Amino acid sequence: MLVKQLSVFMENRPGRLYKLTHTLGEEGIDFVTLSIADTKDFGIVRFIARDNDRAYEVLKKAGFTVGITELIGVEVEDRPNALAKVVQLMEESDINVEYLYSFVLTNHNTAKILMRVSDTDRAVEILREKGIRLLSEKIL
Amino acid sequence: MKMFSPEIERMERKEIRAMQLERLRHIVRYAYENVPMYRQRFDGIGLKPEHIRTLGDIEKIPYTTKDDLRDNYPFRLLAVPMKKIVRVHASSGTTGKPITCGYTRADLDGWSTCIARILAMAGATEEDIFHVAFGYGLFTGGFGLHYGIEKLGAAVVPVSSGNTERQIMLLKDFGATALVATPSYAMYLAETAKKLGVLEDLKVRLVCMGAEASTAEMHEALRTILGAFPTENYGLTEVGGPGVAGECREKAGMHINEDMFYPEIVNIEQNRALPEGERGELVLTTLTKEGMPVLRYRTKDITSLTYEPCRCGRTTARMARVVGRTDDMLIIRGVNVFPSQIESVLMAMPELGKTYEIVVDRVRYMDTIEVHVEVEDADLLTDYGKLEELVAKIRHRLRVVIQLDVKVKLVEPFSIRRTEGKVKRVTDLRKM
Repeated sequence: MLVKQLSVFMENRPGRLYKLTHTLGEEGIDFVTLSIADTKDFGIVRFIARDNDRAYEVLKKAGFTVGITELIGVEVEDRPNALAKVVQLMEESDINVEYLYSFVLTNHNTAKILMRVSDTDRAVEILREKGIRLLSEKIL
Repeated sequence: MKMFSPEIERMERKEIRAMQLERLRHIVRYAYENVPMYRQRFDGIGLKPEHIRTLGDIEKIPYTTKDDLRDNYPFRLLAVPMKKIVRVHASSGTTGKPITCGYTRADLDGWSTCIARILAMAGATEEDIFHVAFGYGLFTGGFGLHYGIEKLGAAVVPVSSGNTERQIMLLKDFGATALVATPSYAMYLAETAKKLGVLEDLKVRLVCMGAEASTAEMHEALRTILGAFPTENYGLTEVGGPGVAGECREKAGMHINEDMFYPEIVNIEQNRALPEGERGELVLTTLTKEGMPVLRYRTKDITSLTYEPCRCGRTTARMARVVGRTDDMLIIRGVNVFPSQIESVLMAMPELGKTYEIVVDRVRYMDTIEVHVEVEDADLLTDYGKLEELVAKIRHRLRVVIQLDVKVKLVEPFSIRRTEGKVKRVTDLRKM
């Protein structure tokens, strides 16, 4: 019930993000999500591709340092306070959210949240208990 | 300009050579009889002290290298029992173990005489107030200059290194007329004083620089900004520290204290002495040292000699400004750094790739050193904090080994240039 995300090490200098996106584009690989935080010298580009396994192979071959991380994906209603509820569940259980990003797909009235937490197994358990809908890679 | 030791500094070449030969024969015998390494080395090739009959015979003696000093760490090259040693200094070595030097009371006296001569030839007198911004400690620079200044009879302000704004306050308040610093720090002080708008309040008229090579541009910039006369001097811990040679007001090379050091210029590959004026490696023999005599030390510094009497009236040999090194040692802000030291730190960390690059530059006259390492371990990518921790860990370990703050930059795999599988490890962007 976890979502695989790829993480790529990237220096903060011109042309690097283009190289990554272009390398995948050339192979006809689509991004589902993409996230970069602003950092000084280097950063980590995190994304989910339509075909993660192939994206992983392609990037490896192109010389990128690429890792696979498993994220928790949840689906909540696209309305105020829906995200807060999920976050609250984590906080109450002392589970730290290391990073999180969300997106809305067209023709859906739900929002999708992807997060990396300090204790994935326990977080999944808690979310299940509370009846929160978990996403798998397929649903993306 | 008054000479500190006119009887030596103006000696006829013939007399200098006679004195050197007498001292050389003495020091060779002394080293042979008191330092096991020299005895073994001489015996190994059937050389006896009495085989040294002329100055040219010095070429029969094997070279001494930094490795020899390291292998005999800390005190096995001392020629006297410890009770005769009154001071120890050290400098960084290739493996984290320093190179040591021990001094007897007579050595300290000779050392301070050398420094006093150099200061006097730079134009200093007993009227001067010296602000010493060299680090005080194991480094030979601080204490070496300190006692030389006292011997000259000038006043010494032992400020040591660090805290630039406070240094400028003290320069101003104490009315220092002479500054002792590395060239890069002297430049930094001058630039900072300019920025603070206190140049007018400074009385510095003389800058004595050492511990790292300087350039003509730096001298010119110091003259322009500080309105002071810049001079350079030369020395190294292995032969006792600063005081080997220094510039006079003519700035036509550095006068070697030839009564205490015998200089040779050697082509190492061909193992032959080079004639006057030709560039090669400077090899030094201490002529008077009691604590740690050193025979034919390979300095790895590239320079040339001239024996022509100087317009200042001195007759001692002069060495040109050092133009480079025969090994890969880098001198960064006065600290000796070997790329192999950096390599040993990086290779001991399994999370790092095996490709790295060292980039040395000079920004606003201060040396900077950056280490670039390729990130290959995908496990580091789970969170950003891990990468930051890695940078901090590398910085810390480098700091322990080379005692400098190094900027660490993580770079993408294969972003470091490779030429035929080999990587150029060091890029030195400084203009020498």
